[in-house]
Amino acid sequence: MKHGRWRFLVGALVPALVLHVVFVLSPYAQAFYLSLTDWTGVAGEAHFVGAGNYARLGGDSLFLDAVRNNAVMLVVVPLVTIGIGLFLASMMHLGGRGGRRGIAGSGAYQIVYFFPQLLSLVVIAVLWGFVYNPNTGLLNGALRGLGLDGLTRSWLASPSLALIAVMAVLIWSSVGFYVVLFSAAIDSIPRELFEAALLDGAGRWATFRRVTLPLVRDSVQVAFVYLGIAALDAFAVVQVMTVGPGGPDGATEVIGLSLYRNAFQYGKFGYASAMGVALFFATLTLAVLALRSGRKERLELA
Amino acid sequence: MTLLRERPVVSPSPASPAPRSRSYAAFPVHLAMLAWAVVTALPLLWAVVSSFKTDNEILNDPWSLPASPQGSNWVRAWTEANIGRYFLNSILVVGGALLLTMLLGSLVAYALARYEFRGNRVIYYTFVAAMFFPVFLALVPLFFVVQQLGLLGTYQGLILVYAAYAVPFTVFFLHSFFRTLPSEVAEAAFIDGCSHGAVFFRVMLPMARPGLVAVGIFNFLGLWNQYLLPLVLNPDPDRYVLAQGLAALSVSQGYRSDWGGLFAGLTIAMLPVLVAYVAFQRHIRAGMTAGAVK
Repeated sequence: MKHGRWRFLVGALVPALVLHVVFVLSPYAQAFYLSLTDWTGVAGEAHFVGAGNYARLGGDSLFLDAVRNNAVMLVVVPLVTIGIGLFLASMMHLGGRGGRRGIAGSGAYQIVYFFPQLLSLVVIAVLWGFVYNPNTGLLNGALRGLGLDGLTRSWLASPSLALIAVMAVLIWSSVGFYVVLFSAAIDSIPRELFEAALLDGAGRWATFRRVTLPLVRDSVQVAFVYLGIAALDAFAVVQVMTVGPGGPDGATEVIGLSLYRNAFQYGKFGYASAMGVALFFATLTLAVLALRSGRKERLELA
Repeated sequence: MTLLRERPVVSPSPASPAPRSRSYAAFPVHLAMLAWAVVTALPLLWAVVSSFKTDNEILNDPWSLPASPQGSNWVRAWTEANIGRYFLNSILVVGGALLLTMLLGSLVAYALARYEFRGNRVIYYTFVAAMFFPVFLALVPLFFVVQQLGLLGTYQGLILVYAAYAVPFTVFFLHSFFRTLPSEVAEAAFIDGCSHGAVFFRVMLPMARPGLVAVGIFNFLGLWNQYLLPLVLNPDPDRYVLAQGLAALSVSQGYRSDWGGLFAGLTIAMLPVLVAYVAFQRHIRAGMTAGAVK
């Protein structure tokens, strides 16, 4: 029995571990080393340049555009998505009597809202590329149909609008997921709390602010982390949808795109790795900050 | 954790004593809900409708319905624009990767969940930690690892890499699942003379079926929607997966216009996900939101 046990364990663990080390762990580890070299893909031609790549990042105006755009996305995308998600989720519940009975049909609404979450961001980007098309697109077509011809734009070609257009797509694709998430969180709040609020004469807004919001804070925190990580990526949408891509004039450049371009178009593999490391630390910082504030809030609730 | 519970989705509250005031109050709520439903569904429906229109109709009036549905768009997309080929590539790669992921992931999760041995925790965290790293960080070295193994632009290479990146989530998800399974059945099987492997494949794996189905659905969706990995590791246009092919097609659209065909391709790309969603929507939503909170 003892013998068979070890043989089974080795057989169960080793194939997956080999795969994991070769394709996941070793690339992650190598990236940190590569970021300190000037490697351009020619074997044996990597020179150690220390922090040189990182110093160059500070002077790379396109990379700085990318950092700025990612920072804007990091704030706007989670705020708006969570705002709309919380609004719709609490509407579903507050619309009914007694504070938390859902309104009729909210199950069907949730099914529709959720669908974009399942689509590949590439499919979504191709779709929205059509929607934003200046001549044949749904958006300008709708504006013309409403007699608002003056509001039609070439959405993705205008430097002041392109980033907003990209963020709108990210928000559109993820709101449904958070409606479902927040809705489930609201469902788990004890009914008595809503009934008590109703008896105390609390209106909808007061109920939302005093009862619902404090009790779904954990879910909101999770949402910030997930949406923040998504906002630090945004690669597929930008790469497929925008002019250039990343344009016009760097208006929609993101770190992922800079990395991809430097590595696989210019062959600057060391430099691109430095961008990857920068992105890693941004993600790490985000996660640590969110987890820390999460711990504090749980104490407040207890 | 509470999110795992089946939500009592909305019965039109039977015992409500004041239905009239409620329906007035609910009106703006319905309006808001409906508005977002339209914002969500309209672009999707528009793409489906457009896939049946002629180029002329698409160019001249984005809002019109097709005068006569153009099935030829779909045929053209499937054959001439290679969507059919990309579709089959996707099925091959995702199918292979899904099988490999489920096999390796459930083996690791089971071994770590049900056997005590030195290094157990280390291995578990080695897998789980990888879930929290951005793939972009690994991208450059990964390209060279795959290249040096001679796997660049091959189905096998893509399958192995897809599986490698999907296993951690699978382990994470199934680990807690295997822990909750009762050990009596497995012990009885041991007494009957089953080997460790036989206990796993013939006793534990069938018992874990609900968990396997759930994680299998997520893995399918995740792998089917993969874009960054094939973009970097799969440069041969003959082996493009669907997302990759569709992206390439929409970019080349600037040079030769086949709008109807492109809309048809887009619709074809959405269909498998829609089918999976309709079939499993309750599981998908419950499982995904539960996964987000753990």
